[in-house]
Amino acid sequence: MSNFPYLSLLTVAPAIGGVVVALLPKDKPELVKRIALGWSVAVLAVAVAMWAGFSAGGPRMQFRESYPWIPAWDVRFTFAADGIALVMLALIALLVPLVILASWHDAENSRRSVPVYFALMLFLESTMIGVFAAADVFLFYVFFEVMLVPMYFLIGSYGGQQRQYAAVKFFLYSLVGGLFMLAAVVGLWVLGGHTFDWQTLIKADFSTGTERWLFLGFFLAFAIKAPFFPFHTWLPDAGGAAPAGAAALLVGVMDKVGTFGILRYCLPLFPNASKYFAPLGMALALVGIVYAALLAIGQNDLKRLVSYTSIAHFGFIGIGIFAFTTQAATGAVLYMFNHGLATGLLFLVVGMLVARRGSALIGDFGGAGKYVPALAGVFFFAGMASLALPGTSPFVSEFLVLVGTFTVNKTVAVVATFGIILAAGYVLWMIQRTIQGTPNPALERVEAAKRDISLREAVVVTPLIALILVLGFYPKPVLDVINPAVKATLSDVGASDPAPTAGAITKEAGK
Amino acid sequence: MQLTTLAEAVSFTSPSGVLSSFWLLIAIPLVSAAILLLLGRRADRWGHLLGVASVGAAFVLGLVYFISLSGLDNKELSLNLFRFMPVGDLKVDVGLLYDPLSAMFVLLITGVGFLIHVYAVGYMEHDPGRRRFFGYFNLFVAAMLLLVLGNNYVMLYVGWEGVGLASYLLISFWYLRPSAATAGKKAFIMNRVGDAGFVIGIFLLFATLGTVQYDEVFNNISKLSAGTVTAVGLLLLIGACGKSGQFPLQAWLPDAMEGPTPVSALIHAATMVTAGVYLVARSHPIFDASETAKTVVVCIGALTLLIGCVIGCAKDDIKRVLAWSTVSQIGYMFLAVGLGGAAYALGLIHLLAHGFFKAGLFLGAGSVMHGMNDQTDIRRFGGLRRYMPITWATTGLGYLALIGIPPLSGFFSKEPIIVSAYHHEGWLGWVLGTAALLGSGLTAFYMTRLFVLTFHGPKRWTDDVKHPHESPKIMTIPLVLLAVGSVAAGGLLATSVPDWLTPVFGEQVEHGENWLVTGLTILVTLGGVGLAWVLFSKGTAPQEAPAGPVVTAARNNLYADAFNEAVFEMPGKYLTRALVYLDNRGIDGLVNGLAAAVGGGSGRLRRAQTGFVRSYALSILGGALLVVAAMLAVTLG
Repeated sequence: MSNFPYLSLLTVAPAIGGVVVALLPKDKPELVKRIALGWSVAVLAVAVAMWAGFSAGGPRMQFRESYPWIPAWDVRFTFAADGIALVMLALIALLVPLVILASWHDAENSRRSVPVYFALMLFLESTMIGVFAAADVFLFYVFFEVMLVPMYFLIGSYGGQQRQYAAVKFFLYSLVGGLFMLAAVVGLWVLGGHTFDWQTLIKADFSTGTERWLFLGFFLAFAIKAPFFPFHTWLPDAGGAAPAGAAALLVGVMDKVGTFGILRYCLPLFPNASKYFAPLGMALALVGIVYAALLAIGQNDLKRLVSYTSIAHFGFIGIGIFAFTTQAATGAVLYMFNHGLATGLLFLVVGMLVARRGSALIGDFGGAGKYVPALAGVFFFAGMASLALPGTSPFVSEFLVLVGTFTVNKTVAVVATFGIILAAGYVLWMIQRTIQGTPNPALERVEAAKRDISLREAVVVTPLIALILVLGFYPKPVLDVINPAVKATLSDVGASDPAPTAGAITKEAGK
Repeated sequence: MQLTTLAEAVSFTSPSGVLSSFWLLIAIPLVSAAILLLLGRRADRWGHLLGVASVGAAFVLGLVYFISLSGLDNKELSLNLFRFMPVGDLKVDVGLLYDPLSAMFVLLITGVGFLIHVYAVGYMEHDPGRRRFFGYFNLFVAAMLLLVLGNNYVMLYVGWEGVGLASYLLISFWYLRPSAATAGKKAFIMNRVGDAGFVIGIFLLFATLGTVQYDEVFNNISKLSAGTVTAVGLLLLIGACGKSGQFPLQAWLPDAMEGPTPVSALIHAATMVTAGVYLVARSHPIFDASETAKTVVVCIGALTLLIGCVIGCAKDDIKRVLAWSTVSQIGYMFLAVGLGGAAYALGLIHLLAHGFFKAGLFLGAGSVMHGMNDQTDIRRFGGLRRYMPITWATTGLGYLALIGIPPLSGFFSKEPIIVSAYHHEGWLGWVLGTAALLGSGLTAFYMTRLFVLTFHGPKRWTDDVKHPHESPKIMTIPLVLLAVGSVAAGGLLATSVPDWLTPVFGEQVEHGENWLVTGLTILVTLGGVGLAWVLFSKGTAPQEAPAGPVVTAARNNLYADAFNEAVFEMPGKYLTRALVYLDNRGIDGLVNGLAAAVGGGSGRLRRAQTGFVRSYALSILGGALLVVAAMLAVTLG
């Protein structure tokens, strides 16, 4: 089965779906939505089959396909996936149908074209899958940039207040980062043997100076995308203005391209430079954890608040990557996946609350649990997952990141652990101001704010809640897939785990 | 000091027969909680029954396992269910340990828990959220059982955070009350401060020993440097202080009384708040290896027991007096487990005895509130003995047990701790012993004050209270059973627990009796009772009277809240505000400034730019699609 062209199919299928949906008549919104949903569910089915066909103990890159594209530069449509890409692809395939279902009425409410909205969603899915599935550096770059376009329109045309400003900022900022990467991509081709093939390029050697410059080109693009402090200011604007579904995809998946890129490109292609710059990466990530958490506490808009929490979470992923230990890096990858589930859920639930109230301002809520107890319960659950409570899957990843970091850098791990106290602060204060306390009299007057979770919304949140809980207690299926890829990546960098400092231990006590 | 425990190896065996199913202890309440919370209103009619039944079933199983365990030679049974986090050298199992220590806790949690569940059926009868309440209550029991049954520090931590969650949910159970929501948040965050210390301790164990399993850690403590052992001990202690409301993390516990009274009885008196004592007792090989860590434990214990007593004397809210009393009594337990050696068992005896009488006292307070329109101010009670005779009798026994009147349980559990404290070497022993002795006098004073003002003396009721009444049977029967426990448990526990715990702590040399200290303790206690009786038997002013600086300080929780607010909360608020400003104006301003500079620097140009980028984006999409299509056509053709 591994010869089946899963990756190209996964990349192309949603785009075809997007074209189909876009061509449907505007006056049949229900049909449009059903086809879009059905299409994305079919894509999910393919992704599930692919996961089943992935052999965790097999070769690093699987499902490889390669078709010529621009022979003059040896640019090829090469797709291949390792365990890290696999979990991200699964996450996309899972989130998109849920987001489509969650965004059922978003387009009507913004009085814009329904077919275009769902077509954009499917285009976005196609480009996001492409970026994770690409194994040709040029192809990766193309997807990296093209991915911006559907998101730009989703924010700019269907977003809330200040959507134009947010969309432009998002687009330009990412584009600037991408241009630095483009320069590095070209440099890589020139110095790396006139090829873009990832599996060939990782064997290339560069002089120290060159390697560092190329690293920086990629790293800057990824640090903006992730985003790391201090390149983060576009995210709260974009996340605040985007429709909730698009925001869930933006933060849940698209931003992961940044951290994925560091793992897939920076570390294997430029191992020495990665080690050289690791303290910088770690410092930015660490600042992000504390800084963004404090900013999240200070927000008065729900969507901006969740965006800031994500920046803090990306900080955890960042230190996990640059600690170069098995636990930390595995934790970081798992974090990318779990964060997609947890923050995806949080954004979707926030979207449901905002749609009811007609405002994302925290001050417009208060005591909402009185009117929408079930929705408030889901919101609370998403908050708990977001602060990485044990029993939810983010705990596993956060624990792994911290314990793995601690073995090599105690100071960083200890400071990052303070992040978990701040996380409790921003989540609980958000919950206190929205669903607890004296009910806001304005809620009484808004009819919609008194409707509890609908069946459609329940269908959206249930799979996410179930996965967060199951993987919170039994993360092994995902860990097994991630582990080999992480080990291979770390051996590219030449890193190995430190031995316990007290020496070997005895199972049974000596006499 | 005691070095016997160090030399002995810990070796766990696998359970067999009926004991191999001891994971059911956790599974039953957990499944019940899931059913209650997921079914929603559909379970409203019978939810509470399921909640009670699941804890009852766990108690029966706990008894069966307890009896089976007592017949075994090797009493430390470890069961690995499945692998939780296998990454590199880190191997964490979902693994459980059933040994004499955890067996004892299981009985306390499920036994007292069952009685409080039964009581809550009556107490919460008219509350529309009763099913949700029992869902959270069951969740708590499951998490608490995981806490005491885990066989490694990560499982302990998972349970630890789980009980924190349940505690938060139950403190802010009436979440539409702002005070309840605030109290829940405060509890959660202060606990997380402790948890951060705890989890760093776990990291340190993994970094140095490469394992988080109890047996592997305990058997290799000698490989660690003295500094590392002390660091691990102190980090675990931070966690213990958070959960158990010990100095300097004590401020959340009295606020936790915002929750329904059964919650205060089960979680914030009998079980969860003693988790810190469990952590220290469970980690005894670590503390035994570090004199410094033990000294810190005893100092915190002694200091907290005095703080609790002093504040308890000045409070008027019946539940808050009891809450500060809990803080103080856990201080005694910390003192005991910090002394180590034979005192480990003493701390645990006091923990069990306290579980009974404090649960009974809280439920008694709940019964009083039930009959008095949910009032809590003891200045507004008085003369209730005639109206609630059963509550009077059971609360009275709990009160006498708590202050340590022989032969009730508190006497057997607290007095030996005071004796042991005096046996500590050097001047510190005198300080600790005297603090503990003084504490028992103060305890007698504030408890007598509470009891007399509530049940005796003239009525000082508010006008809306017309007919105070005794609570229904479903509430009084648990009260009676807990009172029986308060009377009988002490002597029973004092004679049996030390032997029962020998497999865990090793053989210990016990200190002999010290009749001088015993006599002094009784004398001081009676003095406290007498003084309070003289002052309060005639009642008190219905309103707070102006008071001197000491009383004012005590009423304000010795300014711990003010300190936290001034040192953490206010600066934190200003810091976040300043950062929000910095981020919007500084960092983002830089970004936008750069963009504006590139674009020409004017608002008008930015608008022009907007249009430009939109079309630019469109052209990229179009171009990309075109190129892809063309290239596909070329390559396929």
